[in-house]
Amino acid sequence: MSDKKPISSVNDFVVRFANVNGSGSASANEMFARAILRHGVPVSPRNIFPSNIQGLPTWYEVRVTEEGHLGARGGVDMMVAMNPQTWDKDVAGIEPGGYLFYDSTKPMPSTKFRDDITVIGVPLTAITNSTYTDPRQRQLFKNIIYLGALSALLDMDPKLIEQLIGEQYKGKEKLLSSNVHALHLGRDWALQNLKCPLGLRIKKSDKVGDRIFIEGNSAAALGAVYGGATVCAWYPITPSSSVAEAFTAHCKKYRHDPETGKAKYAIVQGEDELASIGIVIGASWNGARAFTATSGPGISLMTEFIGLSYFAEIPAVIMNIQRAGPSTGMPTRTQQCDIIACAYASHGDTKHVLLFPEDPAEAFEFAAAAFDLAERLQTTIFLMLDLDIGMNHRLCRPLKWDDAKQYDRGKVMTAEMLDQGRDFGRYLDVDGDGIPYRTYPGTHPTKGSYFTRGTSRDRYARYSEEGSVYADNMQRLMRKFETAQDLVPRPLQANAERPTKYGVIYFGSTSPAMDEAIGLLEARGHQLDRMRIRAFPFHSSVASFLAEHDFVYVVEQNRDSQLRQLIVNENGIDPVRLVPIVHYDGTPITARFIAKAIGDHQDHLKVTPLRKAVS
Amino acid sequence: MTYIAKPKFHHPGLKKNELGYTHRDYEGKISTLCAGCGHDSITASIIEACYELSIEPHRVAKISGIGCSSKTPDYFLGNSHGFNSVHGRMPSVLTGANLANRDLIYLGVSGDGDSASIGFGQFAHSIRRGVNMTYIVENNGVYGLTKGQFSATADRGSKSKKGVTNTDNAIDLVAIALQLGATFVARSFSGDKTQLVPLIAAAIRHKGASFIDVISPCIAFNNHAGSTKSFDYVREHNDAVNRLDVLVGRDPIAVDYAPGTVQVVEQHDGSKIALRKIDADYDPHDRLGAQTFLARHAAKGQIVTGLLYVDPEAEDLHEHLNTVETPLNTLEADTLCPGSAALDKLNASLR
Repeated sequence: MSDKKPISSVNDFVVRFANVNGSGSASANEMFARAILRHGVPVSPRNIFPSNIQGLPTWYEVRVTEEGHLGARGGVDMMVAMNPQTWDKDVAGIEPGGYLFYDSTKPMPSTKFRDDITVIGVPLTAITNSTYTDPRQRQLFKNIIYLGALSALLDMDPKLIEQLIGEQYKGKEKLLSSNVHALHLGRDWALQNLKCPLGLRIKKSDKVGDRIFIEGNSAAALGAVYGGATVCAWYPITPSSSVAEAFTAHCKKYRHDPETGKAKYAIVQGEDELASIGIVIGASWNGARAFTATSGPGISLMTEFIGLSYFAEIPAVIMNIQRAGPSTGMPTRTQQCDIIACAYASHGDTKHVLLFPEDPAEAFEFAAAAFDLAERLQTTIFLMLDLDIGMNHRLCRPLKWDDAKQYDRGKVMTAEMLDQGRDFGRYLDVDGDGIPYRTYPGTHPTKGSYFTRGTSRDRYARYSEEGSVYADNMQRLMRKFETAQDLVPRPLQANAERPTKYGVIYFGSTSPAMDEAIGLLEARGHQLDRMRIRAFPFHSSVASFLAEHDFVYVVEQNRDSQLRQLIVNENGIDPVRLVPIVHYDGTPITARFIAKAIGDHQDHLKVTPLRKAVS
Repeated sequence: MTYIAKPKFHHPGLKKNELGYTHRDYEGKISTLCAGCGHDSITASIIEACYELSIEPHRVAKISGIGCSSKTPDYFLGNSHGFNSVHGRMPSVLTGANLANRDLIYLGVSGDGDSASIGFGQFAHSIRRGVNMTYIVENNGVYGLTKGQFSATADRGSKSKKGVTNTDNAIDLVAIALQLGATFVARSFSGDKTQLVPLIAAAIRHKGASFIDVISPCIAFNNHAGSTKSFDYVREHNDAVNRLDVLVGRDPIAVDYAPGTVQVVEQHDGSKIALRKIDADYDPHDRLGAQTFLARHAAKGQIVTGLLYVDPEAEDLHEHLNTVETPLNTLEADTLCPGSAALDKLNASLR
């Protein structure tokens, strides 16, 4: 039936599951991904889901990648088409020579298939219905049955899946055995009725190493636990809600007094984002480490308070799990589109510190560091995640913590210091770094109190509308921001094998796709030096990098090349030398996209690839 | 307003409270509000209440929003930290501050614009959550700082200074607070210090969300004929349900009223409120009764003042969240950070 040779690939292909939202497929699909990891083969899974709870289409994509390319690849080699609603589009999306796995209980007209793919029909509903009578069981076990069938088709070791089921249902023997039974129902049917394995196969390897498999939101929440956050205030918004939920779960595990059972944390679900950031500001003003997690619309609502945090110099940590904007935008699609909104949030002259983690491991580290930075700099620190990192399981290096580490509580004047006669001016720069001392409320009976306000005031926190007093304060705030440059994570630079006039700047979740794209571009003979920016304000090495190259591509996931705008604005760079490479359709950026866009531009510049020049 | 700086010296014979503080230790900067402003009387009552309770001044956190009323925390408790935050957002800032350190006393000062309009939501939710605070609204029915626009507590039919009649219905924050579950609800009048001081003192001693609506005439923009928040109008229409004294153990106040009209309410911390009842059948423990009473009197054009409701066994947000007794802002890495061993274990479970 196939007029195109079926794709043959070991440990390097993309499987996409098309499901109906709310059908219980998520856990079976995730188990599929985990099972491949247990074979020692890296995977990179992604949820593609609607802003809805039940009934709408949802997809789960697993990129199997022995080479360890964790970015989205694009294209589908095998479609597990479980959703009649999206059938046509799903079938059309399969790569020529690919595979279509479907429930063949009801016959489908031949027009619904393609000639250039391999069609695999398994009567899932028939198998399920002959075994189970309860409707809910039928739905759930159908997912495990297709997992079983896939394990045979892809040559997976069933023992490894059984092991996973065993871990998931530890102590729930009945569920454990019924899941294993369902797995074998599907597997046995496939082995008896189909030619197994297919051209796509999983072969045991050792490429996973000691890496862990975790969602960015969970890792960031854990970073908040390790970083000493005691107050979390939040308002539900996709894709950030799972940060607060994970923080709650981590705190339940790690933050209860073993004797009294009491909580060493407070979590409040605010009535909106205004209250959430207000609670964070109030708690931080009073000396607790506090954070909120939100997404674009929440940032818009919080901007007045963010300006207060900047001007009155109150620490705050905001985790922004970015989604596609503007307005409600695409709530369940990824983008890096709040760079400008966060960097310059609020009216008046403001600048804020942004951190750009590339994966869950960095999300953990940067989240913990954000609390030190917030208290050191007495201002808002944004942890800029996005849906792609936040809501997908990502393979990353194990999380690490140095037990010798103490929290940096910043410049806090204590009762002892006040009694020693230290001069306390809340907005007085005593050592030139632009950072003043603060006192916690209730510190001393007669010294160190002050009135916090969003209005202008002098170095001793006294209300003032004097122009010179106002300007003095604004200049100090600039000095403080310059101090921040050397405190935030520095950019990481990797140079091409041969000297080149071309560079590329990227950040955050673009990282794995960029790494892969570099390989593709090198194969085409294009040499690029790379710089991964990890924070704003930009370190001086960013300006040097720009000066060292004729053209620098700035790869990002938004329409307006916002990071590029920020670089141009902050460095006074000729914008012509910064070439925007933007991807903004809400899907994660791919190596194929980056390589094509940069490759095309290089061709346009009439760059003769080195390899061609030599040959 | 006065332009003369306040002298720091005081009479050596000035009376001291239990902690040895004089009245002056509870004062703040000199007010910049209009001379005769009702808000300054409230400031005086707050000072008096804190002095009477022998509170350590620096153990109070004063938090406000934006507006004339929100400026007042600068004018009392000069040794306390104050936070003049964002318009309508005092309740969230106070909630956060309270979560960070449960050992301080939280005084939230707001106005009718701040709490009934822009901050209506935050007012409601902080009350709902049972934040341990004293929430005072200095209610003049008008936007003073922007020169006399109606606020949401202005009565329908009342006239602005410019002669405009308000056609919108008024929000009664006391009625709302009762409905939302505030565990201490009172109303008073800035010109009635005898009633207001013990109300503030009792609210501070109350563990839970205490709300006091204080009618405070704006002498610049809302003290004319046709206003329902003027001195004259409030004096004529005030119907007090009770007068109270707060007994904190030391120096018991002589009960100088007839038996049978006194009700003693013991609060969670052991302090007692003695209610001299003017309305003989008024029961301050009956939330539903208070709501009915309020509505019935409002229909007659009467402004009910006094302690309308108190739940002496109230719980606060910290109890709901089961937080540790130690203030969260004093916890350090040794108690907050689970450490590398726990992380290694977690890593192992994620493979």
